[in-house]
Amino acid sequence: MWQAVHEELRGFGFSVVTVALDRSPADARPWIDAAKPEHPSLIDTRHVVADLYNMVNVPTIVWIDERGRIVRPNDVAFGTDTFKHITGLEAAKHLGALRAWVRGEAPPLPKARTQALQSLPTDTDQQARAEFGLGRWLFECGRSEAAARHFERAGELAPHDFTIRRGTMPMRGIDPMGPAFREMLGAWTKAGNPYYRPLPE
Amino acid sequence: MAEPGFTLIDDGRAVEVAYGDGFERARRAQDAGRPVALDLDERAAYLGVPAAVRAAALVSLEAPDFTLPDLDGRPHTLSAHRGAKVLLVAYASW
Repeated sequence: MWQAVHEELRGFGFSVVTVALDRSPADARPWIDAAKPEHPSLIDTRHVVADLYNMVNVPTIVWIDERGRIVRPNDVAFGTDTFKHITGLEAAKHLGALRAWVRGEAPPLPKARTQALQSLPTDTDQQARAEFGLGRWLFECGRSEAAARHFERAGELAPHDFTIRRGTMPMRGIDPMGPAFREMLGAWTKAGNPYYRPLPE
Repeated sequence: MAEPGFTLIDDGRAVEVAYGDGFERARRAQDAGRPVALDLDERAAYLGVPAAVRAAALVSLEAPDFTLPDLDGRPHTLSAHRGAKVLLVAYASW
């Protein structure tokens, strides 16, 4: 769904790079086949990017300038309004800002503001990622039950990290769209916590 | 019977070492402030990256680089796009 944005703006010295935080290439393939991307469309089964950028849910977007600098930190944005009725987030707002930046019509966020808006990991978050990493390795070795113990431990350590709590559901034999997810989401939001954390206005 | 081994997953790579050696290296990593996930039954440990290291990299605003495969297994590196603006999008089928 980001192919249209890539197509529209590629002439301005721009590329979309997508990364699927999925159990396997096979899980991501239907989405990629449907999108027919002309931009790099990568598979990250070990959540390398989530660890590097402290991403805790999807979708998460980052703007990176020509010099390889982050100019808009982790934000929530959708390429289309397909999920607007669930998320309450409109694609157009981010797309408008993105177009203006890519075309050089508006500067990105100032450096100090970008730094201030970054979410940084805690020691506990990184311990959760280590538990995820061990679980993922065990899963790749076919040790699914042992893997599940570490995935569950990771989720307990970082209850706000849905790349772990929801993203590992397929590796624990749980439907990530099913009742277990709805129950988890209900408990999380009922306690006053946001599922999506877009940048403030 | 051979001495049981131990798997250390460090920097994303798994290496086989002797049991006592692996356990000792995991303990030393933890003492050095690294997050360590340990499974004695599975004889494996994952050595992660400290929060302070990740935070310093992010605050520097230099986009952390990575290389990942596409569906055909071809590797792509983020920094290969230097000179162009990039919209990095993490998504998932879940």
